[in-house]
Amino acid sequence: MNPINTMKLQFEGRSVNEAFSRTAVAAFVTQTDPTIEELSDIKTAVSEAVTNCIVHGYRDTLGTVYITANLYPDSRITIKIRDKGRGIPDIKKAMEPMFTTAPEEERAGLGFAVMQTLMDKVKVTSKEGKGTTVTLERSIRSKGE
Amino acid sequence: MAVETELLAGLVIARLSGDIDHHGAKPLREAIDGAVIASGARELELDFRDVSFMDSSGIGLVMGRYRLMQELGGQMWLVNVAAHLKKVMILAGLDRLSILDKPIRRDGKEGKPGEPNQYHEAAI
Ligand SMILES: Nc1ncnc2c1ncn2[C@@H]1O[C@H](COP(=O)(O)OP(=O)(O)OP(=O)(O)O)[C@@H](O)[C@H]1O
Ligand SMILES: [Mg+2]
Repeated sequence: MNPINTMKLQFEGRSVNEAFSRTAVAAFVTQTDPTIEELSDIKTAVSEAVTNCIVHGYRDTLGTVYITANLYPDSRITIKIRDKGRGIPDIKKAMEPMFTTAPEEERAGLGFAVMQTLMDKVKVTSKEGKGTTVTLERSIRSKGE
Repeated sequence: MAVETELLAGLVIARLSGDIDHHGAKPLREAIDGAVIASGARELELDFRDVSFMDSSGIGLVMGRYRLMQELGGQMWLVNVAAHLKKVMILAGLDRLSILDKPIRRDGKEGKPGEPNQYHEAAI
């Protein structure tokens, strides 16, 4: 199925852009007429993935974060969030709740668990030294259903 | 993201506002811990009334303050947590720490578990 609308966003992996990027994605998604709860879920999941690019992917460096959002005719949205950072050696382990490689920063190790709870699908691909791509998918229910 | 702290007889009330994310977590953490340590308070109340957004960085913030108060032999709890934020807290298991919407102490009076949240009612 081809998307009916696409948005691409690219920005420097500075923490100040976490709020900018989740708000920008939410603004794009608004055209599907989501509920406030759906919008809040999407903002939270995007924030998790973008923060991971900045905190882990580009740990101690500054790199670019890439987002592509697609809207489909069946009210499904996909949001791809990508970095060209260090990558994840063991994805299965990384996605376990409470697993974190940065406990000293008071990280809870719950970012992936939050994404999985709030989205219909979360797909992660990664290559060490090359980067990580997280694809979030969520169907927007029309209001009143 | 901002925080305002107030000290009441051994209790620090931290009123958080705006978005709690990775970008803002560190200054919040420093302000809250600073207020607790400087005052010697043993109780900490985090007021979420004006918090609009929170992700897992907020969970880290809450769990870190919970640990600090445990270390100090004190207590902490949260009030006025909106439903969309509570959803994230529950999936993190914060409900099991029974710090969500605990009864509030007023004028040094101890609230009993299960009592309505007085702060909440006053806000409605
Ligand atoms: N984009 C990424 N690049 C490299 N490693 C990553 C990336 N995203 C996640 N990881 C790895 O996966 C682990 C788990 O990520 P997750 O978001 O679940 O928890 P966290 O970021 O450590 O903590 P929290 O999200 O609760 O603050 C991270 O600690 C990190 O090791
Ligand atoms: Mg994370």
